[in-house]
Amino acid sequence: MLEQHIHDYFNNFPDSRGHFGPYGGRFVGETLMGAIYELEQAYQQYRDDPEFLAEMDKDLSTFVGRPSPLYLAENWSQKLGGAQIYLKREDLNHTGAHKVNNTIGQALLAKRMGKNRIIAETGAGQHGVATATVAARLGMECVVYMGAEDVERQAQNVYRMKLLGAQVVPVESGSRTLKDALNEALRDWVTNVDDTFYIIGTVAGPHPYPAMVRDFQSVIGREAKQQMMDKTGKLPDALVACIGGGSNAIGLFYPFIEDESVAMYGVEGAGHGIETGQHSAPLSAGVPGVLHGNRTYLMQDENGEIIETHSISAGLDYPGVGPEHAWLKDIGRANYVSVTDDEALAAFHELTRTEGIIPALESSHALAYVSKLAPTMSKDQSLVINLSGRGDKDMHTVAAMAGLNF
Amino acid sequence: MSRISQCFESLKTDGQTALIPYVTAGDPEPWVTVPLLHALVDAGADIIELGIPFSDPMCDGPVIQKACERALKNDVSIKQVLKMVKKFREKNKETPIVLMGYANPIEAMGYQNFAEMAKDAGVDGVLTVDVPPEESDEFRQIMDEHEIDTIYLVAPTTSAERMKTIASFARGFIYYVSIKGVTGAAALDVSEVSQKLSQLRETTQLPLGVGFGIRDGKSAAAVSEIADAVVVGSTLVRCIEEHADKLDELPAAVAGLLAEMRHAINARDLASA
Repeated sequence: MLEQHIHDYFNNFPDSRGHFGPYGGRFVGETLMGAIYELEQAYQQYRDDPEFLAEMDKDLSTFVGRPSPLYLAENWSQKLGGAQIYLKREDLNHTGAHKVNNTIGQALLAKRMGKNRIIAETGAGQHGVATATVAARLGMECVVYMGAEDVERQAQNVYRMKLLGAQVVPVESGSRTLKDALNEALRDWVTNVDDTFYIIGTVAGPHPYPAMVRDFQSVIGREAKQQMMDKTGKLPDALVACIGGGSNAIGLFYPFIEDESVAMYGVEGAGHGIETGQHSAPLSAGVPGVLHGNRTYLMQDENGEIIETHSISAGLDYPGVGPEHAWLKDIGRANYVSVTDDEALAAFHELTRTEGIIPALESSHALAYVSKLAPTMSKDQSLVINLSGRGDKDMHTVAAMAGLNF
Repeated sequence: MSRISQCFESLKTDGQTALIPYVTAGDPEPWVTVPLLHALVDAGADIIELGIPFSDPMCDGPVIQKACERALKNDVSIKQVLKMVKKFREKNKETPIVLMGYANPIEAMGYQNFAEMAKDAGVDGVLTVDVPPEESDEFRQIMDEHEIDTIYLVAPTTSAERMKTIASFARGFIYYVSIKGVTGAAALDVSEVSQKLSQLRETTQLPLGVGFGIRDGKSAAAVSEIADAVVVGSTLVRCIEEHADKLDELPAAVAGLLAEMRHAINARDLASA
């Protein structure tokens, strides 16, 4: 069954209507349908266009700093006593996270479509910063929607966006976090649909976003595969990445889907613990539903109302997840697990002290799972973690946990 | 013939334009809704659009967002909304009710279960704003089986080609969204709307309703000139918000607003008869 699924995978998913099995699709109001088809058409036109790809490669190389290194964490591997642990260093990208891979691609597409106004939603602020950055460089107007609660806990990133010339709009409705920022960005788009390009930061939203963002982020997995072959002569035994919407995870996973020997682990935020209900782990504890343009696993109550999520990391604090992850879960190609705030925080400190690398709290979830997984593997096995972002933005949060205030 | 089609037929015979108020169920308190619906009918509502509260109403502006938040504070669920319809039907068997909302609460119930309970409650139509025709094959089929009209939206951005598709799927009436934007956002441009409606009429025999941007008697009358139905939402919901702590005055105040629009439309209908 799984073999057949993988065989069919690349030809069929998503299908022409943007479906990954029962997931994905285009669930938006009628006013946006035209814009979504327009985007899909533009993306189809440029995704294999040599000139477009050359411009993107150039930016990824000279502006972002790609390829990002694959680093063997020798100290940590030895300490855990199992698999050799490699870190895919997306934290070293310009702007400090994997998000910029995608904003470069979408902004170049916007330019070709003649749209000069960019909008985006952001949770931790990494996608907002990455969007404001490319907008500044391309001379585009930029408006970023951010939940009012996230504006408070990610003040530094808010200031970075403003320095870059973006307007940051705090969203006061609902739970005042990422999902509400997405609602507000969609409201802006529907109002300014003619001249505005919406740069979605994750592999969610209506078709073609999940597939398009995946394609832009797949550079992570393509590089990692090549780097592993160069360093070890073989594929890794496992891949591990944190999952909020799931863009860094799908970026790492996608080029390995056909390699059945490679196990994949997506790590969700278990917050205070799945059993407390205060978490952000829809794949682990949610049920399928429709939100923000696609059908996927959601955190919702029995009446279909979206429930508030919790995670120590703003980037994971989202009640949905990209539809392709929902499908990879159902067909059994990827495993989805979760770790708590406390486990992520411990891993944050562990990597910082053993390897001299301060990870983002989001990526620390992947690290925390590896601290359990690696010891169960043998020393001649290897795994790759997507170190999706650096921890600079989290100094405030981590310091506050220790009772410090800057 | 469905209750919605019957309603439009008889209005057409009388040379009248339908007036369709929207209110969010359970706003600001669950018990207010049924008396309010009766008051709206008394004030001249021909069809009622009853909003199913949703936590993430991304096609709505701040006025209806807040209405959803008020209703959800009282845990008004989709099943309770259906109970309200059933209660309304105890006294009113004629006025069609269209449920308006987002996909997820209906998905959570299951289409089949929703259709059965909605039919039993006396629901006549359903409009899910985030489900375009592309995603509604199964839903439409099940609603058809239960003789519930699936209402679809057409927007200023809808191409002529899409209009044809939508027209072929639509039941009851077609809802034209008069502006690019969310509910309650801006004033509509009557001549622009008129152009689109003529285009739409080439593809369908169904009555055409117009909503978004209608705020008072004047704009309601202007729209009644070109449309078969006038839909008014945010203006009424704002009035509900203003009366959230004066609940005894609320039904009369909201009904009063609607009555003004009814008079303006009737005067216009009479003048053109």
